[in-house]
Amino acid sequence: MMRSFAEMLLRAAQGLSLDETLLLWESEESGGSSVGWLRDAMASRLADMERSVREAEEAHCRGRLIGDDGSLIGLYRERAAEPLSGPLVLRACQIALSVATYNAAMGRIVAAPTAGSCGILPGLLFGYEEVFGADRERLLGALIVAGGVGEIVARRATLAGAEGGCQAECGAAGAMGTAALVFLRGGSAEACVHGAALLLKSVLGLICDPVAGLVEVPCVKRNGLLTGLAVLAADMALAGVRSVIPPDEVIDAMGAVGRALPEAFRETARGGLAATPTGCSLRKALVGEVPPLDAEEVQLP
Amino acid sequence: MSLLDIIGPVMVGPSSSHTAGAVRLGWLARQCWGEPPKEVDLFLRGSFAATYWGHGTDRALAAGLQGLSPDDPRVPEALDLARDSGLAFRFHGEEIDGAHPNSVRFHFIGQDREMEIVGASIGGGSVRIQSLDGFCLNLSGELESLVTFHRDLPGVVAAVAGELARLGVNIATMNLHRGGRGERAAMVIELDKRIDGSIVDDLRSVHPALERMFLIPAGGDVR
Ligand code: SF4
Repeated sequence: MMRSFAEMLLRAAQGLSLDETLLLWESEESGGSSVGWLRDAMASRLADMERSVREAEEAHCRGRLIGDDGSLIGLYRERAAEPLSGPLVLRACQIALSVATYNAAMGRIVAAPTAGSCGILPGLLFGYEEVFGADRERLLGALIVAGGVGEIVARRATLAGAEGGCQAECGAAGAMGTAALVFLRGGSAEACVHGAALLLKSVLGLICDPVAGLVEVPCVKRNGLLTGLAVLAADMALAGVRSVIPPDEVIDAMGAVGRALPEAFRETARGGLAATPTGCSLRKALVGEVPPLDAEEVQLP
Repeated sequence: MSLLDIIGPVMVGPSSSHTAGAVRLGWLARQCWGEPPKEVDLFLRGSFAATYWGHGTDRALAAGLQGLSPDDPRVPEALDLARDSGLAFRFHGEEIDGAHPNSVRFHFIGQDREMEIVGASIGGGSVRIQSLDGFCLNLSGELESLVTFHRDLPGVVAAVAGELARLGVNIATMNLHRGGRGERAAMVIELDKRIDGSIVDDLRSVHPALERMFLIPAGGDVR
């Protein structure tokens, strides 16, 4: 079973690159899909993701609660000669904000791993491509590595905010993105996996508390912010920093913390930011605008 | 969970359960109804009723009922599409004890028949049809699924299963529910292999107690 980073590293030590190792493993487990078919299917996901970035950046959407923060970052990038967080982080953040806002506005995105956290991976992958340059094959490899990390998280813990809080959505997306960046930089499989663990450790316990139950506040900004954390975690892993707690145990801890989270912090919109005075009044105002459910949405011909 | 489930699905946002799952539920319900619907009442339950407005659940359900998939960019305009093509949708809320928190009851009205379908969105865009015309069944649409309505007589299940075996099709899961001994019954058979729609015509004649049978293609609506 594709269940542990330990086994992933053992398999990767046999000579194939990490993305090829993962495709082969997946192909064995699925008992049917060939490596070539899987690679093509993931390439089409990458293309869909790229399309979501393009559409999101053209659309300049807003949400019900949030504005067009991606464009704000864009203007700031033109203005600020030397942004504090550097060109990659800022560009990745801009893309992540735009895509996550596009999702809130019913745009077409790729859940990665969830819809709420759909901005983080495209931000990191396409931000990296723009700032440092990377060919398609390499980018596809990075997406596969990200998917492999997500699979381990899904099997040992969870990827659902309703079960594990936001550490399981934006946290997992950040961990996946960290591994992807380490891979893009030519880091070892071990560095990829430890980078993912470093990121998750820094958001352990992050709750899911969407204001009014909408996938907007704090979701969209968490997408933007997690890209910065992922870049830093990747640099740390590339520098040789390793997690003292083995990556598999970090995921297990994340799962245990998620299960222990009170229900108010698991997508019920009854705790955290959703339960602040402003969160509550925003919800009231929105609910007030909603047409009563028995109203006929579409008249009979 | 496979790589394509982790990096995916491709979907219209914002929520895998309240938007993508709702499109799938509408799509599955339409398959069960068997033709493009003309008039449908939708009864939203639990958090579908509470937060449908924030997740486009109403548009998503209407999109699925019109045969759109979760990644169709027309999902947001599904209510207008319905209006233009003369389909009538009415949304209601209802509170049912013990109902799944993200569920919906469809009431289809046709020329000379009606049908009631209850389905739930169980997370990550996965869905289950929970009942068809009052029969408690379990249908996910993830595998090729054969649905039958028949009279509860000896040999019906064996006849269908036998014919599938003869065709070399393995049965993955099967669930059956009847109104009472000898009364009407329904059955869902999930298959390991895709089968041709024309096979259903042959299957229908394997036992005289079979009244209605249809095939729901595996993952027919998802990428
Ligand atoms: S706060 Fe909750 S809904 Fe929002 S992105 Fe995080 S897990 Fe998803």
